[in-house]
Amino acid sequence: MFAYIVRRTLATIPVMAVVALFVFSLLYLSPGDPAVIIAGDTATLDDIARIREKLGLDQPAYIQFGSWVWRLLHGDLGISIFTNLPVAKLIGQRVEPTVALAISTLCVSILAAIPMGVLAAWKAGSWIDRVVMVFAVLGFSVPVFVLAYLLIYVFAISADLLPVQGFVSIRNGFLPFLSHIAMPSLALGMIFSALIARMTRASMLDVLAQDYIRTAQAKGLAEGKVLIGHALKNAAVPIVTIIGIGVAGLISGVVVTETVFAIPGLGRLTVDAILRRDYPIIQGIILVFSAAYVLINLLVDLSYTFLDPRIRY
Amino acid sequence: MTVAPTDLALLAAPIARKRGVRDYVRRHPTIVIGAALLTLMALMAIFAPYLGTVDPQALSPIRRLRWPSAQYWFGTDMLGRDVYSRTIYGARVSLTVGISVALLASGFGLLIGLVTGFSRWTDAIVMRIMDGLMSIPAVLIAIALMALTRASLENVIFAITVADVPRVTRLVRGVVLTLRELPFVEAAFASGTGFFRILWRHILPNTLPPLLVQGTFVAASAMIVEAILSFLGAGTPPNIPSWGNIMAEGRSLFQVAYYIVLIPGAFLSITVLAINLLGDGLRDALDPRLARRM
Repeated sequence: MFAYIVRRTLATIPVMAVVALFVFSLLYLSPGDPAVIIAGDTATLDDIARIREKLGLDQPAYIQFGSWVWRLLHGDLGISIFTNLPVAKLIGQRVEPTVALAISTLCVSILAAIPMGVLAAWKAGSWIDRVVMVFAVLGFSVPVFVLAYLLIYVFAISADLLPVQGFVSIRNGFLPFLSHIAMPSLALGMIFSALIARMTRASMLDVLAQDYIRTAQAKGLAEGKVLIGHALKNAAVPIVTIIGIGVAGLISGVVVTETVFAIPGLGRLTVDAILRRDYPIIQGIILVFSAAYVLINLLVDLSYTFLDPRIRY
Repeated sequence: MTVAPTDLALLAAPIARKRGVRDYVRRHPTIVIGAALLTLMALMAIFAPYLGTVDPQALSPIRRLRWPSAQYWFGTDMLGRDVYSRTIYGARVSLTVGISVALLASGFGLLIGLVTGFSRWTDAIVMRIMDGLMSIPAVLIAIALMALTRASLENVIFAITVADVPRVTRLVRGVVLTLRELPFVEAAFASGTGFFRILWRHILPNTLPPLLVQGTFVAASAMIVEAILSFLGAGTPPNIPSWGNIMAEGRSLFQVAYYIVLIPGAFLSITVLAINLLGDGLRDALDPRLARRM
């Protein structure tokens, strides 16, 4: 098992290398002179020369890449063009709201979706099953920002129950934190829970058809124990896998959700960077988000060894 | 994009053809509902100029922020533009992006997938690249590409296609790797059939059903990504009314004029729902083994 953990961990290195190469080469893949595009329509020749020098575009590509990776490995993500502050620092300032949103969304989705999927599989073909499947299809179809505005309309404008937007750190009290994070988590959690509910149902249906489930039922084990202790435990691997894969969608959704609810996180930073064409920030954010995604999926893969001890690689 | 029900019956099963239309609807309700909704949206997009619309870009400062009424069905926005006309024309952008990305991503994915499925050393290199690309969330790839190019519909389509190709490639490669080991392909190789003939006659046709299903989901997600990009200000240029653009413009006024955001949002949701229903139905019809589970 130890060998598997080491091998799986080392396998993330080539993946991150490709991500870094992609992020770096974006500047070259784009048509036209990146310095001109970043500088914008109103830039003077001096501005363009300044940006070119700042991005190191006046040096050969392999030297640029080498020094860029070297600085990256030392935690240096470059300097923002617009604010002149280190990108790593800017990202560090914005991490908390994004992490808070992601974690609360994960909790909401998993707590809602797994019971739904289990129930749907247990009562397959019944009205419960149909309701869950309709929810799953709708969840995939309503884009996060449409749902977000619908929630704002219902809970903040019509009913005046929750604040329209903003973010309060958990250090400033749990209730204010909760009232601000509730709607964003619900909006973002919809598509995620649709995904998890669907996979839970499918995986549970497979397991419930197995002989050992019939044995468990035949020996008179309580239905709840069969469902949770025997079926869900054995259905866990695909569910955990889809949660890991779904994190990519979650990250995309974070950017949009933070914009709708004016949450000062990494998503807002991304949008501001797009509007200012502040390319080092965009590069840094892609690297950080992708690293988070790769790391989470590494943890998912490592969790297999605990969820299903039969898995040996 | 829209597949006529009769064509689908041919794909699904010969039995469905014999039993007639009513039975087909009963057996695959999602395909019929999805196709019908999507056809409706497509007709709306095509005949946009004849549906009582005015110039979607026409400004009218005295008629700013009128609520939906008999004259302005969906109201007017903060520049006095008719939201109904803008929404109807917006369908053109969404459908164009959805269809183009689905076709382009399927085409490139099929090509790369076929090559990697048969050539071990390309497979090793290309799939590492695809693994890397797949660990960057799709919206971020598109954002990064859009931040470096000038806003145009072509660039939006290109950016979303780049983000979607790895997933299609992975699917095609998986199908090819499975097919390659099956007895009928082995038999074809053993009896001396040429490589390209095997590719054309035995491999390609079998990749098409899963590709068709995947294509519908790519189209649905491409529409959402286009709307997200436009909503964030990194997508379709503001002089083209797209659903994402209309929503972005209505954002700051949501508390006073929420219809500007919610109406195009509803149209987007219904279109995506239609494609998802169609895709789910197609998967059930084309792969009966999966139908039971998902």
